[in-house]
Amino acid sequence: MNPADHPDATRPAAAALIRISVNGLPQSVPAMTLAQWVASAGAAPESLATAVNGEFVARDARAARLLRDGDAVMSFQPIQGG
Amino acid sequence: MSWQIGGRALQSRFFLGTAGYPSPDILQQAIAASGAQVVTMGLKRQLAHGAQAGDFFSLIKATGAHLLPNTAGCRTAREAVTLAAMARELFDTRWIKLEVVGDEHTLQPDPFELLIAAEQLVKDGFEVFPYCTDDLVSCRRLLDAGCRILMPWGAPIGSGQGLVNPYALRTLRARLPDVPLIVDAGIGSPADAVQAMELGFDAVLLNSAVAHAIDPVTMARAFRLGVEAGRLAYEAGVMARQDMAVASTPVTGQPFLL
Repeated sequence: MNPADHPDATRPAAAALIRISVNGLPQSVPAMTLAQWVASAGAAPESLATAVNGEFVARDARAARLLRDGDAVMSFQPIQGG
Repeated sequence: MSWQIGGRALQSRFFLGTAGYPSPDILQQAIAASGAQVVTMGLKRQLAHGAQAGDFFSLIKATGAHLLPNTAGCRTAREAVTLAAMARELFDTRWIKLEVVGDEHTLQPDPFELLIAAEQLVKDGFEVFPYCTDDLVSCRRLLDAGCRILMPWGAPIGSGQGLVNPYALRTLRARLPDVPLIVDAGIGSPADAVQAMELGFDAVLLNSAVAHAIDPVTMARAFRLGVEAGRLAYEAGVMARQDMAVASTPVTGQPFLL
């Protein structure tokens, strides 16, 4: 059997998109963890800080945080300030 | 001369902000000219399609200064606590300048939300540098909540008005003699920094006064000298003011009448 056809094989199913917002803009993305989202945004993990639904998610907790339908993801970066 | 703040020993009593400079190059030169060993930074939500802003952060880190991230833009304790947690991770420091603003025009601290945020952040292990009003009782509450440092305002952020209520600042210094006090916000010219230092404040934090000067780099140097002069004057003990004249030349009688 083709390994991809095995019942236990995990693969991103085209139908399993979730609707989230990213920094205020709605997006449909495949089901993924927050860590995967950071990678998909092309950002180094230590270059930004993340929050989901207004709650801070630490860098080392991102891999365990599965994004769900309706989640609001926000990323924060260093800026000038007084 | 070395002094202690937030668990660190510093030589400079001049904290400098990093916002609003004409260019990154001028910012870098201004930090160098200031001798500042503590610089403030902020953090904000990325634009959905915005580019990464790594260069600015690298530039600041390269100065070797200690980073003091702020919670600018927060209106509630909850926002400030969340932003502080992100700042701690991003900037790798437990120092946080706690700003919780209560009015859009004056950007004055919200003393109530500030206190709630301070209590939580102290519990979470932060070294809190609260940007606060000059109200003595509010300041006492912040200390009761575990803050070891206070940063009362001189005037509204960016206003350059100088110390609009020196009486209140003098009161804080007199009633809280053992607390590190840093005047933060509203400083306009080196004379204002000198005034704060002569009052016995431990340091000053300013941004616009340097960034918005015509020549920020030279102004940074001017402030450096002013902060040093003010501190020396305080340590040297300024003479008492007199209402009337007190002759300095020791003449007896009237020297021109023989």
